[in-house]
Amino acid sequence: MARGIGLGAPLSKIAVSKAHGEDSPYFAGWKAYDEDPYDPVANPTGVIQMGLAENQVSFDLLEDYLEQHPETASWSSGISGFKENALFQDYHGLQSFRKAMASFMEQIRGKRVKFNPDRMVLTAGATAANELLTFILADPGDAVLVPTPYYPGFDRDLQWRTGVKIFPVHCHSSNGFQLTLHSLQSAYSIAEASNLRVKALLITNPSNPLGTTMPRSLLEDILNFISQKNIHLISDEIYSGSVFSSPEFISVAEVVETRQHKNCDGVHIVYSLSKDLGLPGFRVGTIYSYNDRVVTTARRMSSFSLVSSQTQKMLASMLSDEEFTVKYIKTNRERLRRRHGYIVEGLKDAGIECLEGNAGLFCWMNLTQMLEEKSMEGELRLWKMILSEVKLNVSPGSSCYCAEPGWFRVCFANMTEETLEVALRRTKVFVEKIKGRKTNVIFRS
Amino acid sequence: MRIIVPLQGIVQGRGGLILGSLIPCALLYFLQFYLKRNRSSPPPHSPSESSANLPELAEIPRSTSRSTLSTRGSLRPVPVSSRAIAISKSRDSAYYTGLKKSLEDPYHPTYNPDGIIQLGLAENQLSLDIIGDWITANLQKSLLGEMRGDLNIRGLATYEPFDGLWDLKVAMAGFMSQIMGGSVSFNPAQIILTAGATPAVEALSFCLADPGNAFLVPSPYYPGFDRDIKLRTGVELIPVQCRSSNKFNLSIAALEREYKQAKKRGIKVRAVLFTNPSNPVGGLMHRETLYDLLNFVTEKNLHLISDEVYAGSIYGTEEFVSIAELLDTEDFDKNRVHIIYGLSKDLSLPGFRVGVIYSYNENVIAAASKLARFCAISLPTQCLLVSMLSDTKFIEEYIKANRERLGKMYALFTEGLKQLDIECCKSSGGFYCWADMSKFLQSYGVKGELELWENILNVAKVNITPGSSCHCIEPGWFRCCFTTLTESDIPLVMKRFSKVLKGHKAS
Repeated sequence: MARGIGLGAPLSKIAVSKAHGEDSPYFAGWKAYDEDPYDPVANPTGVIQMGLAENQVSFDLLEDYLEQHPETASWSSGISGFKENALFQDYHGLQSFRKAMASFMEQIRGKRVKFNPDRMVLTAGATAANELLTFILADPGDAVLVPTPYYPGFDRDLQWRTGVKIFPVHCHSSNGFQLTLHSLQSAYSIAEASNLRVKALLITNPSNPLGTTMPRSLLEDILNFISQKNIHLISDEIYSGSVFSSPEFISVAEVVETRQHKNCDGVHIVYSLSKDLGLPGFRVGTIYSYNDRVVTTARRMSSFSLVSSQTQKMLASMLSDEEFTVKYIKTNRERLRRRHGYIVEGLKDAGIECLEGNAGLFCWMNLTQMLEEKSMEGELRLWKMILSEVKLNVSPGSSCYCAEPGWFRVCFANMTEETLEVALRRTKVFVEKIKGRKTNVIFRS
Repeated sequence: MRIIVPLQGIVQGRGGLILGSLIPCALLYFLQFYLKRNRSSPPPHSPSESSANLPELAEIPRSTSRSTLSTRGSLRPVPVSSRAIAISKSRDSAYYTGLKKSLEDPYHPTYNPDGIIQLGLAENQLSLDIIGDWITANLQKSLLGEMRGDLNIRGLATYEPFDGLWDLKVAMAGFMSQIMGGSVSFNPAQIILTAGATPAVEALSFCLADPGNAFLVPSPYYPGFDRDIKLRTGVELIPVQCRSSNKFNLSIAALEREYKQAKKRGIKVRAVLFTNPSNPVGGLMHRETLYDLLNFVTEKNLHLISDEVYAGSIYGTEEFVSIAELLDTEDFDKNRVHIIYGLSKDLSLPGFRVGVIYSYNENVIAAASKLARFCAISLPTQCLLVSMLSDTKFIEEYIKANRERLGKMYALFTEGLKQLDIECCKSSGGFYCWADMSKFLQSYGVKGELELWENILNVAKVNITPGSSCHCIEPGWFRCCFTTLTESDIPLVMKRFSKVLKGHKAS
């Protein structure tokens, strides 16, 4: 028996805490998929993954580009180019890459704003960007306001290692779950009254899981609010390139520019290539801040999550190729619009309504009528049923901290159209079965 | 190109070596000279591999108290966290200051022959051409194919495992075994891949200690630990002094003493962190010491972190012994042992961001695999490395050639220092030598050491790292990296040193 085995050297609180949030149904559903993944040929009765917000509809555009520009994937300037690149670990990031990212972000916003590459801090994904900003803007025990429903990963990103608390700002179906100035002010007051120091507001625009964009008036209200309370605003715009129908996307950057950059040192934008370009594995994220000190501090802290110099070089040429980016953005949007239309129609046909959305890689489904009990337990029971009987992994609203039970997020861009068709067929059958059960219950009593 | 000068961003085009390097290089220097003369604003940051460690003093206004003042109306600045303030205000050690200065005035044989020669950065440029050749021969088509294959696969597959592709873990386990001499094998399931050893050390620290706890660290130690470990985790580092009389080897008695002292002060020690091969000394830990260490941590119920990033960068006759070897042969509880590794040193790929946490503790593996979400390795880089690391024949050739070149350069450099009457502590690994310049100090202490360091930096125009930046308790020791030089550079470096040392000769 090995020496010294007893209780063993203890681990930290962070290591044993559940604050990473990965025990929620949001992640549990992925496990169910892993164990029994759908395959049209090999496993046609398997679980269809509809809980993963990934964009796989435009891969071919990337493949084509790489095919036509093979130099993208190599070091065309020879060994010296390779050496430079291999040794490059400067936390400023490759200037050519920052320029390319800035120009791509401008392109997405219809060139209505200008991004200064020197204000971009590169991080290995938006996950790292959000955590980094939280470390910089808040101390352990402080709070960040986050409108609900929100992306479950925020629990981990904003709270786990930072010790900061998320304070939810609840939104309701009565107005399409839109954030209001009133709910912000009310949440702020309650937080402060419970001795929580609010340091920032984090919005996701376009919203995950709602799939909607914020109107200009709301953005104006938000900027006034943060200015008045002297707190920071983090605008996570990771889905900005996935707005496929009107209303047009308005970035907080546009409002800042309209205000001629007055009072904007509390505004920070997070972006990434994981959704719009469908490259989550590349780990490319960025913080764009209007605050010099935040830029400087974030840059230093980014040492813990630098983007591979190889990847920076590879993407620099691709993203500064305007012919490619214009075509990509346009085509991607069209395809997402088509997919979205297809799933919304299909769900409608099955008797399910969705919140009207114009962006993102998912729909916000209203299954409130299918709940046996209008509660979180009822919702989770329905979710388990959908997972085990219908073999669809969708995300229950409670895992997104939605204030009202019965809403579910369903992703539509991470599978082929054929698979989506199968999913819709299964859904229709299921809804009819549920309706049937309810009718039977009525008969018996 | 002998000493690599900052050219990133300029040398992106298709020009050959001459066009691609010399002309942009010339332009860069003219630009720098012009700006120096007309400097009213902060100098442009020269993009370079070393500024990852730089303070940004020039860019932010010095009125850092701005953030805490809440003045009237809408113009008051929004406050940042105390962690953010701490970074801005941190007094940067000579280690970072020297790196920064070298960037502002970098040596180039033709365009800036009086510039600062950089010997403060532990980067190995001696064998990158070998890797470059492999890339040229194997990569052009394969990366494209791998990526497309992977892109296609993901059309059906699940989300990425953020702690790294299984194939890369397998290749890495094999590589680690190979580069450490083949005497121990590693299990891919115990590997967490991270974007560099920097986040690996930090993530591991987050798992093993709470804020306010401490690690015991044999000193002198790598200056970067102060930033990497303390900054966000709140964990303290307690130096355990090693002495020249003992060739800077770790003494368990010293470890015991520091442990007791910490206890008296009410500080909870959670782990011992050591680097082997060591930095800045370059020594290899003896098997007996490793054994004693395991005994010590077992007795005190602590974790043991072995940072083995230089494991493959050894020369000379001594063989490297990984802590993993002892766990194979000895009967200790493995759950307290964790290894840090990476490719920034042994494969000279710091830009690609590839690090490893290797743990025997399944709870640590579970937690760290989730933490890897914040610092995952980029997919194209993973694809490239699966190919490269699996080419064991190439790795074998590389290891052999690299060791020869390291050994040769070490011998030449230390011989050069010897001619100047500077002795070095014997090193067997790493990219640097640990030089005793104490006889040249005007006053024996940190002040005297920093004075000498400044003279060497400003007059001799050579950047080396003073021992005080590494928490060395004996003044006068300096770390000199020799792996960015070619043989013909050495006489010039020695000439520069002698310029200053003549004036510093102790009476």
